[in-house]
Amino acid sequence: MNAYATTAHHDDHHDHGPAPGLMRWVTTTNHKDIGTLYLWFSLIMFFIGGAMALVIRAELFQPGLQVVDPHFFNQMTTLHALVMIFGVVMPAFVGLANWMLPMMVGAPDMALPRMNNWSFWILPFGFSLMLCTLFMEGGGPAAGWTLYPPLSLQTGNAFPYLIFSIHLLGVSSIMGAINIIATIMNLRAPGMTYMKMPLFVWTWFITAYLLIAVMPVLAGAVTMLLTDKYFGTSFFDAAGGGDPVMFQHIFWFFGHPEVYILILPSFGLVSEIIPTFSRKRLFGYNSMVYATASIAFLSFIVWAHHMFTVGMPLTGEIFFMFTTMLIAVPTGVKVFNWVSTMWRGAMTFETPMLFALGFVIMFTIGGFSGLMLAMTPIDFQYHDTYFVVAHFHYVLVPGAIFGIIGGVYYWLPKWTGHMYDERLGKIHFWSSTIFVNILFFPMHFVGLAGMPRRIPDYAVQFTDFNQIATIGAFGFGFSQILLLAIVVKCIRGGEKATDQVWEGAQGLEWSVSSPPPYHTFDPQPVIK
Amino acid sequence: MKIFERMSVLRSAILSAILLSTLSSTASADWQLNLTEGVTEISRRVFDMHMMVLWICFWIGVVVFGAMTISIIRHRKSRGVTPATFHESMTAEIAWTVVPFIILVVMAVPAAKTLIVMEQTEDAEITLKVTGHQWKWEYEYLESGIRFISNLHPDSREAAQLDSGIDPASVENYLLETDRHVVLPVGKKVRILLTASDVLHAWWLPAFAVKKDAIPGFINEMWMIIDEEGIYRGQCAELCGRDHGFMPIVVDARSQSDYDDWVTAQLAEAEAAANSADREWAMDELMERGEGVYATYCVACHQGNGQGIQGVFPSLVGTPMALEDLEGHIDMVMNGKPGTAMQAFSTQLNDADLAAVITYERNAWGNDTGDIVQPLTVKNLRVH
Repeated sequence: MNAYATTAHHDDHHDHGPAPGLMRWVTTTNHKDIGTLYLWFSLIMFFIGGAMALVIRAELFQPGLQVVDPHFFNQMTTLHALVMIFGVVMPAFVGLANWMLPMMVGAPDMALPRMNNWSFWILPFGFSLMLCTLFMEGGGPAAGWTLYPPLSLQTGNAFPYLIFSIHLLGVSSIMGAINIIATIMNLRAPGMTYMKMPLFVWTWFITAYLLIAVMPVLAGAVTMLLTDKYFGTSFFDAAGGGDPVMFQHIFWFFGHPEVYILILPSFGLVSEIIPTFSRKRLFGYNSMVYATASIAFLSFIVWAHHMFTVGMPLTGEIFFMFTTMLIAVPTGVKVFNWVSTMWRGAMTFETPMLFALGFVIMFTIGGFSGLMLAMTPIDFQYHDTYFVVAHFHYVLVPGAIFGIIGGVYYWLPKWTGHMYDERLGKIHFWSSTIFVNILFFPMHFVGLAGMPRRIPDYAVQFTDFNQIATIGAFGFGFSQILLLAIVVKCIRGGEKATDQVWEGAQGLEWSVSSPPPYHTFDPQPVIK
Repeated sequence: MKIFERMSVLRSAILSAILLSTLSSTASADWQLNLTEGVTEISRRVFDMHMMVLWICFWIGVVVFGAMTISIIRHRKSRGVTPATFHESMTAEIAWTVVPFIILVVMAVPAAKTLIVMEQTEDAEITLKVTGHQWKWEYEYLESGIRFISNLHPDSREAAQLDSGIDPASVENYLLETDRHVVLPVGKKVRILLTASDVLHAWWLPAFAVKKDAIPGFINEMWMIIDEEGIYRGQCAELCGRDHGFMPIVVDARSQSDYDDWVTAQLAEAEAAANSADREWAMDELMERGEGVYATYCVACHQGNGQGIQGVFPSLVGTPMALEDLEGHIDMVMNGKPGTAMQAFSTQLNDADLAAVITYERNAWGNDTGDIVQPLTVKNLRVH
């Protein structure tokens, strides 16, 4: 892959710049502009969802109710999850894909630029619908992000807003996924064969298929909820011949692939960053691609491990236990390949690398608890406790989010043309890492000791670990203000970035200038 | 730069150490770190399996993170190393596919065996039917016919109000105590039949390693044989609405003879309660009883001041139903309103309780209608 030869030179008279003023952002069809919009949207939602998490942690600082009513607490847990999943992690991935996929495969732009504009601009409307319910009489949805009936059917006027909001977010995701697949399949530069594509492109390619496969399933599930509530159907009501558990099966048929939608692109990001800063090619490229595909395939046959306690037949429980445990194999392959990439490399530890290393360690910790949860007989003890909360936050925060932040630091000099402040970046990494562990590690203990999740108040023996977690939460939350400051500072100025930016970086995106011209790769580069 | 990095780590570590030491003074807590080992054969098997997996993960972690640490220390550019150029090895890929697979098989076999035993609910000597309601548990002993509802203990309820001013640490077994305990004999196979009346709940008792969802319209089964006498506590484990965190489970495991005595006493008490509906009750008597019933069954939604939560739970103060429509009021309390959190209380409360709480609601918070509902009226309505 060292053999990139680029013939890219940029004729200024062809290089149409952006339209002036605010309308640039409304009408843009440029992948870089849309990527920027997605990333800023994601960052804003990160602070909104984070503020909700801090309300939760503030209430849980002590036993007893001091801050909010339990009904509002439930609204916070519900919306925190929806915002973080659909408003932060997914848009951030799509933003990174928009910015980088065309530059990584040697394309001038995304394949479907107008749809690209639309798939972003649906998002603010979707989230306005969802979040405005907080100001309605009766408040927002409070039945958990999983929307299990019959409880979710007790939601008041917020209910239709929530359902239509989920429909909009789903439409946006599906359009984003179609665009990514179309770009990868059609716009690769000559010579960029599938097995030469960077890992971030590969993981997104597979993620996009997952999105197209499961977002309609979610749309179907929530539509059935809507008709159960307003049109007299009884899909999920036993009194009318329906089954509340059927919702859970449909939901998790969406939900488990969704979990991998939230992590696979981060696998890709880490697979870009580690070789760069190890100055050594990614170990086992082919097996990384196959492992990603295996994980994607397995994600469709493990869904019921989220619902071991619903009372499934024994054979069902055993099937889902075995398939779930099997996921450990391809995931292990990935971790071993990352470690082998570092082995005998020449490593440096700039901020992106620190986040990638933090990802590998803490994601693996989340993987361990995942393996424990896979085992049905013990899962009966862990299910719906803080042990589960600890598990999925380990894979999502120092997992997915650290991957995203690492990716942002990695490409920020390319986007802005300036180096970010390395000293502040390192402080950001260390404070995030220390606080994220203070926040989530004690949750393992209270979960094992018997604290159920989604409760606003708890028995006094859980006090100490909850207080520690709350301190970690505020520390982690306020550390992220640093991220905002670093990004703003980097946009405004700083040391000039070279085109290459990182000594060990490989790939087409480093062959264009920093910042890249508004339209890159005209004419297309040829990969030999 | 590096010195700065170390200093920031050090500073954060010191800071958190200080914070931690100040915290521990407030706590009356035991620092339980691990799973409950429990008092049934199954719970001990589950505990052993948990420890086995934990150790397997620990050692895998040692190997993986160990290799990473060595690499980070030795293979850094600042030591002047030249990067190696190897980037694939079929042998390595096969090895780290096959070895984890074998480890998984070693874990999966005992897990499947335990699971099979856990699902063998036949040959039970006692059957306890458990019904989840928002937000309390109903218990029915199918052999003896004993039936009661178990609520969060009033002391916990009082302390758990927003800004109650009561220190939870001063309440014994805060949030883990109920007004009525489930009594079961030790050494007998108890089968639990689990269902719900409104939304999903989950009945979880860590010491017995049993947890299953209670699903309206469906019945789930599980079983246990308790080895030791004692009081065991658990909680609802499936989000079920506003007071999900406030519906604990307490099981009192006794010797067979103590259990038999308890059954006899319960049956006598139930008979006395049934007879009390036939006499005429005075206003004061109904108001006093009604206040207690209201505080247990109604307060979570309609709130202590009767005003509910706007947009979610309706107010009872000065509304047409509470002031005028007596028949509608009785019907609402007895039969509930489908699709909402308002349940059919006729299946949960006895005649005297129903009459008392309706009387209370019509005369409290300035409603002052002077209406009295007699238990006999309720009893007659039940018949129809």
